This record gives sequence, C-alpha cells and structure tokens, in this order.
Amino acid sequence: MAIEVRIPTILRTYTGGEKAVTADGGNLAELIDDLEANHPGIGERLLDGGDLRRFVNVYVNDEDVRFIGGLQAELSDGDQVVVLPAVAGG
Amino acid sequence: MLTISREIHDAIVAHARRDHPDEACGIVAGPEGSDTPTRLVEMVNAASSPTFYEFDSTELLALYKEMWARDEEPVVIYHSHTATEAYPSRTDIGLASEPGAHYVLVSTRDSFDEAGGNNDGPVEFRSYRIVDGEVTEEEVTVVDSPGTAPAPTTRSTD
Repeated sequence: MAIEVRIPTILRTYTGGEKAVTADGGNLAELIDDLEANHPGIGERLLDGGDLRRFVNVYVNDEDVRFIGGLQAELSDGDQVVVLPAVAGG
Repeated sequence: MLTISREIHDAIVAHARRDHPDEACGIVAGPEGSDTPTRLVEMVNAASSPTFYEFDSTELLALYKEMWARDEEPVVIYHSHTATEAYPSRTDIGLASEPGAHYVLVSTRDSFDEAGGNNDGPVEFRSYRIVDGEVTEEEVTVVDSPGTAPAPTTRSTD
C-alpha cells in the first residue's frame, strides 16, 4: 500500500527537504504513525494530545479530514494526502 | 526587503478598507524562487472577525493546488488589523508557517472614525519576516511601474 503525502515547506526539515513522501496506513492515525516512524518529530507537529492540531489541515483526495472522520478517516492505496498549515492569525 | 507594485499595494489597502471592521486577508503569489509578488488573491476571512482571520480550509487547498500547478509560491501573506498597529500579534507569530513569505500587515485603525465611517485617513502598510517565532521588519519598496526607479518607503501612508 502506498499513499502519497504532500509535505508543506515548514515540515520539510523532517523529510530531508522532500515535498512529498509515501506512507502506509488504513486510516489517518496509522498514516501519521508511519510518517513518524520514518520521519521522527513530524508526528508531534501534526498531533496535539491525540488529536489533529487545530491549525493543521489534512486533506484526503481534496476532502478536509475533519469532514470525513478526522484521524479515523479511511485510506486506501493510491489516495492522495495533503498537509497544509492553516493561514490564520489575529 | 519587499518590492511590490503600486497596483498590488493599492489593491491590498483597498481590500483592507472594504472589509473593515473585520480583518481582511489574502496572498500575493509569484513565480517560485522569484521573490516577486505578481498575482493577488483576496481570500475570505472565514472567521469574519475584527480580531482574527483564517482562510477557509477548502479554499486554502484550492489556492495551494492552483499555485503548485502554476509553479508559484506565496510571496506575500497579508492581513489587516482594524484597531491596532500593523505589527504581528502574538497569534500571528505563533501561527506563521511560511518562513519564505513576506508577512504584510496593514492597519485601518486611523482610516475610519468611531462611527465606522471612512475618513480617508492613512492605512499603515508594513512587512515582516516571521521565522521560528522571530519577527524582523523589512523595508517596503513600492514600484510605480516597471522600469522606473523605486521610491523606498518603510511605512507608506496611503
């Protein structure tokens, strides 16, 4: 199983500068575990207390995962995952 | 230093005035690696708030996909402050996540009277780098038209 994950500029320090990496997982939580195993430190930038960080957006095939089950969002071979930090402030 | 065309500079100021008292936000994309802001994209402030801004998550993805397809990157990320100076707030600093971008802050606090009427007062326009929580203000050079000598300003007042 191979899922392409697009990595935003600010997290490319964890992927050796790569814009996209492949990872495995039956759902988003498993995918993040796999990312963390191969790119230590990246998990903490995505998760906060076992939940997706408020200002990190993750999309599966263009759908914001918050609308399709969050960390339980199901993944299949060939899915495209995009990680984008929110553009926000005060 | 941020070098920006008069046309885009004025459009950002106009956007901030139009959305006052809510914060206005958007980006100016440019060719990857060029450091030249060429394509203004006004975004909806999904928070519709005078004290907070956030791009809608679906529109954010569409925006980035469009930039990737055009080999662009966000050269400028801008938003307005409507009651305070054009300086990054603690929240702005904490959430800044494009270390290569120029963060432009505009303030409309002096361009509206207390009743919310536009008094044609100045709109502050300033630019910063925000990297690892560290803010560095930079000079803004507004270029009137291609080929003419730029007139440097650090805090334009139009």
